[in-house]
Amino acid sequence: MLRVEGLNVFYGAIHALHDISLTVNDGEVVSLIGANGAGKTTTLHTITHLKEAQSGIIEYNGKDLRKAKDNTIISMGMAHVPEGRHVFRDMTVQENLEMGAFILNDKAVIRKNMDMVFEYFPRLLERRRQSAGTLSGGEQQMLATGRALMSNPKIVLMDEPSMGLSPLLVKEIFKIIKTLHANGITVLLVEQNAKMALSIADRAYVLETGSISMSGKASDLLKDENVKKAYLGA
Amino acid sequence: MPDQIVTFILQVLNGLKIGSVYALVALGYTMVYGIIKLINFAHGDFIMVGSYALLYTMPIMVSLGMPAWIAVVMAIAICVLVGITVEKVAYKPVRKKGTNMSALITAIAMSLFLENLAQTIFGAAPKPVGTIFTFPDMIIGKVKVNGNTILTIIIGVSVMIALQFFVRKTRLGKSMRAVSEDGQAAILMGINKNRTITMTFAIGSGLAAVASLMYCASYPQATPTIGAMLGLKAFVAAVLGGIGSIPGAMLGGIVIGLVESLSKAYIGDLTGGVITSAFSDAIVFGILIVVLLVKPSGILGKNIGEKV
Ligand SMILES: Nc1ncnc2c1ncn2[C@@H]1O[C@H](COP(=O)(O)OP(=O)(O)OP(=O)(O)O)[C@@H](O)[C@H]1O
Ligand SMILES: [Mg+2]
Repeated sequence: MLRVEGLNVFYGAIHALHDISLTVNDGEVVSLIGANGAGKTTTLHTITHLKEAQSGIIEYNGKDLRKAKDNTIISMGMAHVPEGRHVFRDMTVQENLEMGAFILNDKAVIRKNMDMVFEYFPRLLERRRQSAGTLSGGEQQMLATGRALMSNPKIVLMDEPSMGLSPLLVKEIFKIIKTLHANGITVLLVEQNAKMALSIADRAYVLETGSISMSGKASDLLKDENVKKAYLGA
Repeated sequence: MPDQIVTFILQVLNGLKIGSVYALVALGYTMVYGIIKLINFAHGDFIMVGSYALLYTMPIMVSLGMPAWIAVVMAIAICVLVGITVEKVAYKPVRKKGTNMSALITAIAMSLFLENLAQTIFGAAPKPVGTIFTFPDMIIGKVKVNGNTILTIIIGVSVMIALQFFVRKTRLGKSMRAVSEDGQAAILMGINKNRTITMTFAIGSGLAAVASLMYCASYPQATPTIGAMLGLKAFVAAVLGGIGSIPGAMLGGIVIGLVESLSKAYIGDLTGGVITSAFSDAIVFGILIVVLLVKPSGILGKNIGEKV
C-alpha cells in the first residue's frame, strides 16, 4: 500500500534521513520506533508532503506521492495525526472535527463519521462546544486522532499519540488503534513508547540517527536483545 | 436637550463613522497577517486605488445612464484585482524564497511603488471625487444628524456582520480560519493554502475599496497618498485590537475613531488649551503605546509565544 525507497531528506546541511526504505501493507499496523531526533517525525512529514525529499521514492497505491499536490494527500485516503496535536485551538471541538472532513461534501457521511468519533471518544462529545485550546493535552490528542478519522482514511499516520498522556489514556489510545486495525484501517505508528508500539504492531522498523537499523516482525523485535537494551529499558 | 449633549452625540457619531472606515481597513491588515504573518504595508494604498477607481468609474457610469452603485462594484473589482496581483507578483515569490524580513521590505516597496505609480498617472494634486451617495439628514429627537454619517456607519456595520458570518459559518471562511491558526494542519485537512491566501487578499482589498467609498463620501478627494495616514491609523487599530484577530480589528477601528473624534472636540477645553485638537493623532498613537505596554498582544489578541 505504502512503499518508501531510498529516501533522503535534508534540513539545510543536516542530513536527517539516509536512504530510508520501508513498506506498509494493506491492513497492517507498522511501528516506527527510535530515540529523540532519529528522524521519525521527518519520515512522516516527508510522506505527507509537509517536508520535501531530496531523493527517493514514495509510492502509495501505485501513485507517486512526491508529485502529488500538497493538499491532495488526504483525498487519497491518507490521514496524518501530527506530532504535538496541532488542533485548531480557536475552533470548537465540533468545528475541528468538521475540518477533518473538509474533503467530504455529503453531510450525512460527515454526521455518521462524527458519531463514530464520539463513540470512540465520549469525552469529546461532552466538550463538543468547547474551544479546542481549552482542552487538556490528552483530550487534544483524542481530538487530533478523531479529526484524522473524519475523512474515512484508509491509512492513518500517527506521530507519538502517547506523548504526554497518563498511563490510562495511553492504554485508551492503543485500544483505539486496535479497533482501527480490526476495522481494516492501516496504521503507521511512530512511538517512543516502544513496548506498547511493538506489542500492538504486526511489523516494526527501528530508526537510528536517520537510518533504519533493524526491521522485522514486531514480536521478534520485542525479544531482540539489542532492542531490549536500547528501547525497552531492560 | 442641552447643547453639550447634542455636541457629544454628534462627536460620537463622527467617531463611529471614521471608526468604521478604520475598522474595514484594519480587517485587511489583520486577515492578511493572520494568514501569512505579513504586515502588508501596501494595504493602505489599496484605499487609494479604490478612490481613483471611484473617481473614474462614476462619471462613466453616469454618462452611460447607469446607476452609481455599479461604479462601486467596479471599484471593488479593480481593488480586488490589484490586491491579488500584488500578492501573486510580489509577495508569493518572496514567501517561497525569502525571509520574513525580505517579505516586509517587499511590502514597503510595494506601497511606495503604488503611490509613485499613482502620482505618475494621476498627478500629485488632489482630484475631487464626485458625490457617491447623499442620504437626507435626519432629525432624531432634537438632534439633526448628517445622513451620510448614518449611512456610512450602516454600511460599515453591515459589512462587518457579513464578514463575521462568512468567517464563522461558511466553508471558505472556516478554511481561512484554519490556515490562519495552523497552516500545516490545514494542509493536512486538504485545504488549498495558496487559494486561501488569494481569497484573503481579495477580501481585504475589497474591504479597502468599500472603506474608500465610505471615506470619500465625507472627504471627496483622491490623492496618491490618501492611503498613507489612513492606512497607518488602521494598522494602529489592528495592532490595538490584537493583530490577527478579526473582532479585534473591528473593535480597534471603532476605538481609534472614537478617541480621535472626541479628543479633537474636547482636548482643548479639558486641558485649558495646553493641548490643542491638532494633537489628536499624537493621542491616538499614545494610546497604542500605552495599550501595548499593558497588553502587548492587543485588546483581543492571544498571547503568542508563551505557550508551546
Ligand atoms: N525544522 C528543522 N530544521 C532543522 N533541523 C531539523 C528540523 N526538524 C528536525 N530537524 C532535525 O532532524 C533530525 C530528525 O528530527 P525528527 O523531528 O524527525 O526526529 P524524531 O525522531 O521525530 O524525534 P522525537 O522523538 O524527539 O520527536 C533531528 O536531528 C532534528 O534536529
Ligand atoms: Mg518526532
